[in-house]
Amino acid sequence: MKRTWYSYPYIVWMAIFIVVPFLLLLFYSFTVSTDEGIKFTLDHIKRLWDPIYLMVLLRSINLAIICTVICLVIGYPVGLILASKEYSSKKVLALLFVIPMWINFLLRTYAWMTLLEKGGLVYTILEFLHIPNSQLLYTDQAVVLGMVYNFLPFMVLPIYSVLTKLDKSIVEAAEDLGANYITVLRRVIIPLSLPGVISGITMVFMPAVTTFIISRLLGGGHYILVGNLIEQQFMVVGDWNFGSAISFVLMVIILISMGVLRKYDEGHEGGAIW
Amino acid sequence: MTKTGKFLLMILVVVVFAGVLAGCGGAPKAQLKVYNWGDYIDESVIEEFEEKYNIDVIYDTFATNEEMYVKIKGGGSDYDIAFPSDYMIERMIKEDMLEKINFDNIPNYKYIDDRFKNLAYDPNNEYSVPYMWGTVGIIYNKTMVDEPVDSWQILWDEKYAKQIFMLDSSRDSIGITLKMLGYSLNTRNMDELEQAKQKLIEQKPLVLSYMGDDIKDAMIGGQAALAVVWSGDAVFMKRENPDLEYAIPKEGSNLWFDAMVLLKGSKNKEAAEKFINFLCEPEIAFRNTDYIGYSTPHTEAMKMLDDEILNDSTAYPTDEELERCEVFEALSDVIKEYDRVWTEIKAAN
Amino acid sequence: MVARMLKRIYLYIIFVFLYAPIVVLVVYSFNESKSRGHWGGFTLKWYLELFKDTEISRALYNTLMIAVLSAIIATVIGTAAAIGIHNMGRIKKAIVMNLTYLPVLNPDIVTGVSLMLLFVFTKAITQMGLGFFTMLLAHITFNIPYVILSVLPKLKQLNKHVYEAALDLGATPSYALWKVVIPEIMPGIITGLILAFTLSIDDFVISFFTTGSGVSNLSIYVYSMARRGVNPKINALSTIMFLTVLILLLIVNKRMSKDSSNVKEGAK
Repeated sequence: MKRTWYSYPYIVWMAIFIVVPFLLLLFYSFTVSTDEGIKFTLDHIKRLWDPIYLMVLLRSINLAIICTVICLVIGYPVGLILASKEYSSKKVLALLFVIPMWINFLLRTYAWMTLLEKGGLVYTILEFLHIPNSQLLYTDQAVVLGMVYNFLPFMVLPIYSVLTKLDKSIVEAAEDLGANYITVLRRVIIPLSLPGVISGITMVFMPAVTTFIISRLLGGGHYILVGNLIEQQFMVVGDWNFGSAISFVLMVIILISMGVLRKYDEGHEGGAIW
Repeated sequence: MTKTGKFLLMILVVVVFAGVLAGCGGAPKAQLKVYNWGDYIDESVIEEFEEKYNIDVIYDTFATNEEMYVKIKGGGSDYDIAFPSDYMIERMIKEDMLEKINFDNIPNYKYIDDRFKNLAYDPNNEYSVPYMWGTVGIIYNKTMVDEPVDSWQILWDEKYAKQIFMLDSSRDSIGITLKMLGYSLNTRNMDELEQAKQKLIEQKPLVLSYMGDDIKDAMIGGQAALAVVWSGDAVFMKRENPDLEYAIPKEGSNLWFDAMVLLKGSKNKEAAEKFINFLCEPEIAFRNTDYIGYSTPHTEAMKMLDDEILNDSTAYPTDEELERCEVFEALSDVIKEYDRVWTEIKAAN
Repeated sequence: MVARMLKRIYLYIIFVFLYAPIVVLVVYSFNESKSRGHWGGFTLKWYLELFKDTEISRALYNTLMIAVLSAIIATVIGTAAAIGIHNMGRIKKAIVMNLTYLPVLNPDIVTGVSLMLLFVFTKAITQMGLGFFTMLLAHITFNIPYVILSVLPKLKQLNKHVYEAALDLGATPSYALWKVVIPEIMPGIITGLILAFTLSIDDFVISFFTTGSGVSNLSIYVYSMARRGVNPKINALSTIMFLTVLILLLIVNKRMSKDSSNVKEGAK
């Protein structure tokens, strides 16, 4: 199946709209404009090597990991249920997971604030259950909740899509051989759905690292996240060089770690993973 | 049909479709392009202008000064008129992004209050015509705060721990702290900036949230006792929740302006000046003020306002209060320091 | 039986989580007060204002046009790309995939500003000012990676032997592709399409920087209102949009289940 030329239209597209902007970013990251013209420099990258900025980076990555793990833990069973026999004829159900995201992000987040704030529905329920610290709004928990809310569909859908039409004969064969559901799940279904899981993780984790509006609105803005830092450089400070450098470093860190993850995926392709 | 044929057809459809769309881009016609804040004009005013002068107005909106600036600076737009705030006007003048206005074509400029002319951001009144103005102050909930609110110090009072909203903006938050310490909010003195930083770090545990535009709903809903807000929003908040009151602290505060400017490269200067002049007509200025609810710099429009609004020091503070207020300067040379300080404050625990 | 109940309860909980804010939003579209800070009584005035507002309907039109077009185009290009990438050698694949991740990885502001600069720069050659078309190009660009990421797992899952068997039985490669491969990866394609549409409809920053004067979308409209308080007529609009989609979905669902039961009966 030598059909690599199918990707040529995309490669052309990519060259124009992804590679060129990326080169621009590289250019900004490694240059400084002085009175004598534009010069190469590593200063922007070095400047990032400051505990304050490293903290910002770490915190953002940490938050994104938490959000991704929760999305996976909540989302995988959803995919599994939607793909199961009872629901497999109801394809529109999967759509129901995305429709809330068609409502403007700002409005959705404001609505969460209404639910979480003092006197809001969630607050009242927690209060009623005598749970201390019922004020969820402006806390880290609220940030995680908001992020999971916004990214869940990007985890559920790819997992659901690999689980539907999962070769039923393999599952049935395993069951015929006397394996119980848990074993089938562990030895057959999960390994076969791994590519979908990796896609889901990618689509949740990568954008989650750079989001910051959720944290600003729901978390009380007590700290800066990397997306915020980059935005400040571009918009408020006007230091596009430093802003680009942060983006670049972030990109390198994440692509390397994702590369490791993918290696793991490829190394185990088709086999049981544990 | 071969696979290649099919695929090429697919691509072709896409390209043709795209081409058709590009063709619909819009035929050039005599028009005026205006760039304003969202929900910042009585829209019937635009229609009236279009009818009166037979000019087509293309009206777009932006959300922050910075977004508008980057968009115009990057060349991503071709607007004739924009409505930036004070410090942004100064920056745009310095970077040669604005066109001088010919004030002979703006006879209605005479209605602009003399107090609001010759300000630091446009010292010779060459580039801008004030549109709205206001102050920054403290809004407080009378059911939660008993003592008189007359100083920024109250935002550092441990009694109100986790009942305080600050603004999530480096210039504003550092600015009021500098004011409290008795310095200028445009300081270039690093010692003063350092002191403000210490103060803000000290205050951090007391702050419930650093807020942006969402501060209004939260204060109306009684989520906190004290908050730093803009006066125009304070008028709205007080109307929605009568428990709220606004004060400009005695140490002084920030006085801000949104003004109309003519952008470099404007293709229709004449129409743009007509538009600015039109917005300065007493009747029109009044309608906009009435719709927006912010303070107007227009003397005739002011006269048409209800006494109730005029006598409310939230929107129209006394001259003495105004004396103590300062307008932001662009500070392009030290803005990096402000950003670093802000990052350090946010990084502190 | 218990398992069935558990499944159902689990789905219900997730739906409550997903739809709670939407319910709040719908309720506040009937709020007399402009602020969500307090309830000022029931009113329909925001709906009336909504119908008078021509600005919103234009923004809505642009939003939907861009979302539909960008999702479809991105799905076509992205699916073809995924098939190609799937068959690439290791190194080539790694390069292309890492570049594909960039728009997903970059903060919106970086993507938005750099695309704006690109469009401004090429304006001299293409004579194409910023506007609807550039915004569409930008949306397609950030949509394609999501389509590729949705389709690739399905390709990995594909049983190679089925395709080969089809060829052995005399099918041309393109026939085998359309009749064997595409149906198998369809769930992935649909997922990509839906995600692309969703991303497009919800984007603000990139749209803001890549559009030109006179072309706005709903997000730009809503975000620029934030300083003065988002007008509840946006809530009214969201309510109408939401109900429309839901009703359409119910109709489709009914049709589909009817069809499938017809098929079953026919088989008997």
